[in-house]
Amino acid sequence: MSATVPVQVTVNGQARKVDVEPRTLLVHLLRDQLGLTGTHVGCDTSNCGACTVHVDGESCKSCTVLAVQVDGSEVLTIEGLGQEGNLHPLQQSFQNQHGLQCGYCTPGMIMAAADLLQRNPDPSEAEIRHGLEGNLCRCTGYHNIVKAVTEAAGTLSTTQVNA
Amino acid sequence: MTAIDHRPANHVGRSQLRKEDPRLITGRATYVDDITITGVLHAAIVRSPEAHAKIVSIDASAALERDDVVAVFTGEDMADLLGPLPMAWVPPGIEVNNPPHWPLARGTVKHVGDPVAIVLSHDKYAVIDAAEEVLVEYEPLPVCTDIETALDDGATLTHPDFGTNKCHEWSLGGGDIEAGFAAADVIIERRVVNHRTSGAPIEPRGVLADYRAGALTLHSSTQVPHFVRLFLALLLGLHEEKIRVIAPEVGGGFGAKLQVTGEEVLCSWASRRTGRPVKWIETRSEHMAVCHHGRDQVATVKLGATRDGRLTAIHSKILADMGAYLMLLTPSIPSLGAFVMSGVYDIPAVQTDITGIFTNKCPTDAIRGAGRPEATHMIEVCMDQLADELGMDRLELRRKNFIPKESFPHTTALGIVYDSGDYHGSLDLLMEKLDLNAFEAERAEAATRGIRRGIGFSTYTEICGLAPSRITGPAGFGLQTGLWESAIVRVTVTGSVAVYTGTSPHGQGHETTMAQVVADKLGVEPDQVEIMHGDTGTGAMGLGTYGSRTTAVGTEAVARAADKVVTKARTIVSHMLEAAPEDIVLQDGRFVVKGSPDKGMALAEISGVAHVQPELMPEGTEPGLEETSFYDPANFVFPFGAHACIVDVEEDTGKVKVVRYVAVDDCGPAINPMIIDGQVHGGIAHAIGQALYEHVMYDEDGQLVTGTFVDYALPTAAELPSFETDRTETPSPVNSLGVKGVGEAGTIAATPAVMNAVIDALRPLGVTYLNMPLNSESVWTAIQEARA
Repeated sequence: MSATVPVQVTVNGQARKVDVEPRTLLVHLLRDQLGLTGTHVGCDTSNCGACTVHVDGESCKSCTVLAVQVDGSEVLTIEGLGQEGNLHPLQQSFQNQHGLQCGYCTPGMIMAAADLLQRNPDPSEAEIRHGLEGNLCRCTGYHNIVKAVTEAAGTLSTTQVNA
Repeated sequence: MTAIDHRPANHVGRSQLRKEDPRLITGRATYVDDITITGVLHAAIVRSPEAHAKIVSIDASAALERDDVVAVFTGEDMADLLGPLPMAWVPPGIEVNNPPHWPLARGTVKHVGDPVAIVLSHDKYAVIDAAEEVLVEYEPLPVCTDIETALDDGATLTHPDFGTNKCHEWSLGGGDIEAGFAAADVIIERRVVNHRTSGAPIEPRGVLADYRAGALTLHSSTQVPHFVRLFLALLLGLHEEKIRVIAPEVGGGFGAKLQVTGEEVLCSWASRRTGRPVKWIETRSEHMAVCHHGRDQVATVKLGATRDGRLTAIHSKILADMGAYLMLLTPSIPSLGAFVMSGVYDIPAVQTDITGIFTNKCPTDAIRGAGRPEATHMIEVCMDQLADELGMDRLELRRKNFIPKESFPHTTALGIVYDSGDYHGSLDLLMEKLDLNAFEAERAEAATRGIRRGIGFSTYTEICGLAPSRITGPAGFGLQTGLWESAIVRVTVTGSVAVYTGTSPHGQGHETTMAQVVADKLGVEPDQVEIMHGDTGTGAMGLGTYGSRTTAVGTEAVARAADKVVTKARTIVSHMLEAAPEDIVLQDGRFVVKGSPDKGMALAEISGVAHVQPELMPEGTEPGLEETSFYDPANFVFPFGAHACIVDVEEDTGKVKVVRYVAVDDCGPAINPMIIDGQVHGGIAHAIGQALYEHVMYDEDGQLVTGTFVDYALPTAAELPSFETDRTETPSPVNSLGVKGVGEAGTIAATPAVMNAVIDALRPLGVTYLNMPLNSESVWTAIQEARA
């Protein structure tokens, strides 16, 4: 193994100091060193989006980012988005609308959708479909994913109005 | 045949949210790559860049000199393996050429990606570097890639030892085919291409093998853990009970994981050899190159009819690309389509002749639908072609030849018994939903903008619920296994229920649907029922999840075991409450005395007696409340339906867009309508993907052109419309639940609907026939040729 370099990164709200090989991908830092296995790898060409996380509030494909690039950044993964008993509205809407089957693309899909709804709180069906273009699902045909994102947009806007 | 159970259901029939989802939506599910074992070695596999070559030498010295490499093995090191990789189809009376297929190549490589060596390291990055330092010298050999010329004199041979590229010939026929065509006034013949595709589950395959002290535990992303255990036992020389195969969370299969793979055997062997756990996680590039592909057939289909549109005969001659080797079911896959080669129609003479052909490509095998999408595509595309030839409405032609509802169970010309169907009913509902009043006006308006709009239909049936053993097994079709399922239903001391199934679901939601069935049987809530699957070490044996069999065979086995539990529960209650067993009925979650609903016991109370105070049970009754069922159905089940697709084709570019898709499917009484719709959505998307975008391509040198998701285009959300789905419910008489399967229905039905829609759109431009894939280039070219 080559020499390692130190990286300081805040992951799901927790400050972490790690030493990584310079070529380590962010997805492998998350999965192998930090034990956050909810972020998945489904391709080697940044097409599938199963590895989508948020870096400093924006979605990114963690298989295409070096761990050293997130030095000083904040990373949010599916584990930090919401947990059992405290689900993010998207997690709940994916269950409500049967927006997942095998579940492998789901964490990345939810993280991409969360980013989409931050940028566009009231997307049309076409905007959702184009917004999720970077995330592949083989099980659902996307039909129920679109419904789930639509439901979550409604929930989030209601929550914000009430807040 | 069994009577349908008409007891009122509390949970069956409802769109209950899935029990699987809480772990999946929070990132807390456990797929193979999420598991590690202390001391694990990561594997990288050195693969052939050549499509056909002699291995001259392998020099692993540079890799072995690295501090971070533990071992490098080649085919020569594996002489202790007790046999080559399995192929499980021995059709009686048919000769099948089956080349030896090893986990690591021995002497020659036969396709790009053929494995040559395995490198093991404690570091998952270093092992990839090390694999690149294994130097393999190849002597390239001539390559065979085209099945339509592979049997010509002088064709390059994939396996020179056989003296031919032919793998096998297999036929299935019924009725008098010559008389059928003699009776026809019109005969059409078409060359129907069903191109090569990839299953492409988003989780690639993966293996974690751990051999220690004579026992092997294998985690594998598989649809068939019991098959894998059986063949590992045979190839490694271990007792089956010394092997535990676990399919943890599996990220999609689509047939791609219905396999006993070289990597499973190789990593298990390597773990035994090194005394270390060995993990291999497939990269997407590897998946595209070496995980078995699907389809890849070229058929010549002849369809005959009288002038008034009565079908008289269908004959399909199929050339099927096996690829370079035969995997578990490779040569049998095209034959699965032959059983439904007459589709939903009453055709007096049906003949299918299949020739399997070797090429220097990755092997083919089952991918979602497996043979039946190909057959349905042939029939449904040719029905439209015939309607054109007859000058008859294509739906009228279909209706005229539908097997009528009254004639079920219906024995086809092939002797296959279709269990139940109502083909007019599903087409009627489809037309109601479509409401085509505005269609012609839309079509005319679109044409003014250079957009050609068209509509296509597909009316289909499929054969699924794979089983029954007497037909599929060694003396019948020739699969070297029975295809039953088994289940254990165990009521715990406190009255919750553990169900063990031999099936191995991987996204289909059976933890929910099986729980709904059991909850109704036992008077508990689905939340109190846990479904355990995908682990040969815990509970019931079975044959796995594929072929739309898990509900029709696996859930029926579960239901039968639950029925046995109910029988025992009633015996206990009748004894405790001093009533006749036949007077004990399930009412509002309690087993009560008929007519005296206040006298009764809940399941937890009954189980308490059975476990804590068994002496209170009738004398001679065994303690506990647990039953096992083995179920081998008497027949297949035959789901069916009617699909319609509306497309827009850009005249100037050939680009096809699906603008509307309507599907009516019938898989018997719905256990969970939400889950059925989800299966249909995914199946349709898979088929639209094949029809328009997906194509595994090799060049003439046998080089894989579509090696990643950059080149192999899975449809994204942006390419697809939302789908309109509905159901009719025609119970199957084959099982007590009346259920059929639905996992493959969309994939089977949809490619011809898309194809027929595109041809319909382009007919005004003079295009009358096309083949898949309908990418912009091929559609544009067809438009230009029609204009020329």
